[in-house]
Amino acid sequence: MPKVEYVLPSGERRVVEAEDGASVMQTSLNNLVPGIIGECGGELSCATCHVFVAPEWFDRLGGRSPEEEDMLQVTAAEPTEFSRLSCQIRCTADTGGLVVHVPEVQ
Amino acid sequence: MSTRSDRIVVVGAGQAGVEAAAALRMAGSGVPITVVGDESAAPYSRPPLSKGILTGTAQLAEIALRTDEFYVREGIDLRLGRAVADIDAAGRTVRLDDGDTIPYESLIIATGSKARMLPNPELRGAANVLTLRTIDDTLRLQEFLRPGARAAIIGGGYIGLEIASAAHRAGVETTILEAADRVLARVTSAPVSEFFQQIHREEGVDVRTGVRIAGFRTDAQGNVAAVLLDGAPALEVDFVLVGIGVTPRTELAERAGALVDNGIVVDKHLRSSIPGVYAIGDVSRHPCPQHGGLRRLESAPNVSEQARHVARSILGDEAPYSALPWFWSDQYDLKLQSVGLSATADTVVVRPNPGRDRKLEVFYLEANKLIAADIVGASADFAFSRKLVESKTVLDSKALADPDVPLRSLLAVASPA
Repeated sequence: MPKVEYVLPSGERRVVEAEDGASVMQTSLNNLVPGIIGECGGELSCATCHVFVAPEWFDRLGGRSPEEEDMLQVTAAEPTEFSRLSCQIRCTADTGGLVVHVPEVQ
Repeated sequence: MSTRSDRIVVVGAGQAGVEAAAALRMAGSGVPITVVGDESAAPYSRPPLSKGILTGTAQLAEIALRTDEFYVREGIDLRLGRAVADIDAAGRTVRLDDGDTIPYESLIIATGSKARMLPNPELRGAANVLTLRTIDDTLRLQEFLRPGARAAIIGGGYIGLEIASAAHRAGVETTILEAADRVLARVTSAPVSEFFQQIHREEGVDVRTGVRIAGFRTDAQGNVAAVLLDGAPALEVDFVLVGIGVTPRTELAERAGALVDNGIVVDKHLRSSIPGVYAIGDVSRHPCPQHGGLRRLESAPNVSEQARHVARSILGDEAPYSALPWFWSDQYDLKLQSVGLSATADTVVVRPNPGRDRKLEVFYLEANKLIAADIVGASADFAFSRKLVESKTVLDSKALADPDVPLRSLLAVASPA
């Protein structure tokens, strides 16, 4: 199972195992990683699963859809060029070791 | 049996119950937790049942609320396929239908709601009259979604419209029968109703409003062969989908002596009238922080918010429940997103969208403040609307009606410097 590393605002790092095909948002819920809410359940309706992808990983994840671009305009934490909605990132064999940073607010 | 226990028992293993248990663990609570649910499937998210699952863009495995390992790892005692038969409020225990008795310190009732059925006695033996609420309902409905099949969808609410769009896409000849003079009459404004009626008709669904159903003609097997209509020819059908709303599942709480009035009545901490007993989700009728009075909501975001709130309340947080309601609906390639409650609006603004006939933005103002919005095909504007409602910004309705004024700019003006 691919691993995902969540870096919390405190600097604490949580490494968890993801189900193959699960989203980074769902994986955080399954492992009680704080700071990712995912209020709409991955429907691109709430922008409460915002993460900053580690720069070296960003280009390896595929691009954002126009709907995701829209929702990234309204995140609670100021978005950066490495911002993604974690419900749109799938954990697969190719993403093993993925590192994402959890923002202070959602 | 009234052994003192610090256990939290949750009745209902839907989104409300499971998210409440998860929120307790997230907050660091290590007390024993038991979640009892009467469906046998692992806890799942309901909104996709009438959306992605029905259209085939989502799979059942994807809608599990948590992995099976989650419950084991977090020490959440999950009792599936079991119902709570009784609550002994004085002794603080629940008795399950298998006879097991579980003591509790706090009890969370998250029993949700059930689909309403038409009272007509001729429908009782009909195997082709369906409602949609559970995975089992969905699997049954999917068997009827065959090209060329003829469907009557009774009720033009969100569930009916979502199922109509999935059925039509599956090649079903679909007719919506709505008693009111417009679809979505109970839940939204006329411009939104007109928009969706137009969309469904453009797609090829027969949308009929102001319909009076006189009865049903059944065949030799007792299945419905036709819907009989006042003032119109009988509608021959292969199946009927009834989407006329839901009823909160309050029976258990009522028998235990809780105050029930179209839902289990709770206070701002989501506490029922029985000490130690809380109610959340569709079944809870709670004080409305925006408009006063009591309200009952049927939406997934409300479920999640209340689940997190009840966990905080149980752990001693005194903050009142204050979440702003929001909602979404998927039909065809369109996403409607709604925020707030529009009933008390004094002004309705429909923002023109030149050249975008599948986009809609309707704003509801009360005393020059945005209290609600219905947005189709503009997710970012929905999110801006949500912020405008939350910030209670004084707005110029002319600016809202001007498509050249970006919503973002209204928010920027409104934000405290």
